[in-house]
Amino acid sequence: MKTEHDLDPSPPVETVAPPLLEIEELRVGFDTEAGLLVAVDGVSLRGEAGQTLGLVGESGCGKSVTASSVLRLVPVPPGKFLGGRIRFEGKDILSMRRSELGRIRGKEISMIFQDPMTSLNPVFTVGRQLVEVLRLRFGMHRKEALERSAEMLSTVGIADARSHLGSYPHELSGGMKQRVIIAMALLCEPKLLIADEPTTALDVTIQAQILHLIKSLQRRTGAGILFITHDMGVVAEMCDEVAVMYAGRIVERGEVGEIFQRSRHPYTKGLLRSIPRKGVQRKAELPTIEGVVPSPLHLPAGCRFAERCWHRKDLSEGEQRRCFEEDPVLDGTRGVACHFPLVGGGA
Amino acid sequence: MTGNPRSNDSGPLLSVEGLKQYYPVRGGILGGKIGDVRAVDGVTFSVEQGQTLGLVGESGCGKSTLGRAVMRLEDPTAGRVLFQGEDLANASGPELFRRRRDIQIIFQDPYSSLNPRMTVGEIVREPLLVHRMGTKKEQVKKVRDLLATVGLTGEMLDRYPHEFSGGQRQRIGIARALALDPKLVIADEPVSALDVSVQSQVLNLMVKLQRERNLTYIFISHDLSVVEYISDTIAIMYLGRIVEKGPVDRIFERPAHPYTRALIRAIPEPDPSRRKDAVPLQGEAPSPVSPPPGCAFHPRCPFAIEECRSAVPSLEPLGGTDGHRGAEHLAACIRKDEI
Repeated sequence: MKTEHDLDPSPPVETVAPPLLEIEELRVGFDTEAGLLVAVDGVSLRGEAGQTLGLVGESGCGKSVTASSVLRLVPVPPGKFLGGRIRFEGKDILSMRRSELGRIRGKEISMIFQDPMTSLNPVFTVGRQLVEVLRLRFGMHRKEALERSAEMLSTVGIADARSHLGSYPHELSGGMKQRVIIAMALLCEPKLLIADEPTTALDVTIQAQILHLIKSLQRRTGAGILFITHDMGVVAEMCDEVAVMYAGRIVERGEVGEIFQRSRHPYTKGLLRSIPRKGVQRKAELPTIEGVVPSPLHLPAGCRFAERCWHRKDLSEGEQRRCFEEDPVLDGTRGVACHFPLVGGGA
Repeated sequence: MTGNPRSNDSGPLLSVEGLKQYYPVRGGILGGKIGDVRAVDGVTFSVEQGQTLGLVGESGCGKSTLGRAVMRLEDPTAGRVLFQGEDLANASGPELFRRRRDIQIIFQDPYSSLNPRMTVGEIVREPLLVHRMGTKKEQVKKVRDLLATVGLTGEMLDRYPHEFSGGQRQRIGIARALALDPKLVIADEPVSALDVSVQSQVLNLMVKLQRERNLTYIFISHDLSVVEYISDTIAIMYLGRIVEKGPVDRIFERPAHPYTRALIRAIPEPDPSRRKDAVPLQGEAPSPVSPPPGCAFHPRCPFAIEECRSAVPSLEPLGGTDGHRGAEHLAACIRKDEI
């Protein structure tokens, strides 16, 4: 009996642990001179420990605002939360007091940004910034903290770690700075790591190193990761689950293999097809998504992608009217927000 | 193939020979010269008319400097840039001005490369004014034609750059580059700042223009998948030198230089069933101020042997059995034929 119990990791229903991260119907807007701009319009997501959830989309789709909302890093004003909930291990982030949020930030949840200078202080040495983190988080003594910091710097692949403790951020290359940030994020042993385009500014060989590093550290610590990117290659490399955003909404989500092999939303499939990839004939015409993303100040009624949708051309007039008039909803576990989803085929 | 009687029909449109671009490093109490940054350190290549040469490498490898040096936006330290047989690297002012018509550049950032105070019409027309091409009426007509060519409408003429999306701005940049009917276009990361769905629109446009106008491109990029798609030949740069060059399919099928291999392997593929578990290439590119002795790649190279630390490898044809094709494929690695 005992062994059977040990093998079964799921405790009785009443005490089921809440998901690591749960975002429900989140709506975030910004007051602008031209009126209220709704950047995130009803986004729901769920992230689990040990898993990587990818949030993909093109510039302005609302993916970064969604990510920053988790730590309430959206400046208010001009930003405002218009609705929805964000729960971290069941605790409501949006209604939390600042002091409580402060205890979670950088400790249980760490964030890595595209520009490492967002998180590094230019006037302090790398060592001092790392030590500070450890003293605040674990109340560690300076000497021990220095020791741990040097260890972590070499774990993230900084050669000659000890001497780099004395370096100032400007003395490091872009790849090194990003490594320092990752070291800082990992020293805290966060339960949730939010990575917002962490490798976009880096060279490919350095990107490969950083991605490899994030993966191996996740294996070691079991952290959940929310990974924001526009790069479908990086998504394929890193994520277990994927949510695709377009104009403030999630248009499709599911398991990474499903999304790539059987995209059901015409936008997802369009994105995947337009990337030049191995085997594409040289200089042959690439499939494109015509037109541009609608302005968040003048969002169309109905499906926000309808205007650009290549699949719409296959529909009857009545069906097309429905696309322009009726809002598609995201449903089911294999969710797709489209009235006439693709039956599912390779991209 | 009539055209310019001075041009040699069988020769390449552009040949670059032993080009060097050094910048002085100053220091010490008197601020004297204490060394050189060897941004481009002896580069040789050529491009045929109507073809695309992809110039690939990571930041700081010298690919952008090389593009600028070809345009004579920089005064090269040494070497020759032969455009239709005429040396631009040592050309005088008026000669250069005339030649500049034939070589145009498109930049990565369509946000900062267009003058925000000029309308689109003025931006595209400016090169025609500078080079005094045609009457005002002819110029206006040309500008309209150019905008149509790149997929923009005439009503956009009087609008300002900030009113356009990134993809549209890049189209404006392309229209301006085409105003003087150049033969060679240097495109420096032209799609890197664009979203994926827009990137493919601009790539399609560039391919179409190349076909219609027999344009020659030097396509500078760090993105190997884009370069593979648009290039006929590729040159891979590392720390100011070309380490490998050859026909695009050869390079991707049989990369010979360890750095090229690492680069190709590092691209994340949009296919979750082909994840990489192998340990990626370690380390970073060294500083061009103090390059390591021997092969500049040896400190990161998994195949490096003692000799690599001292001997600077030169770019040489690959050995092997397929004669002519092999001869076009060159690599600068002493172990290129064994690994």
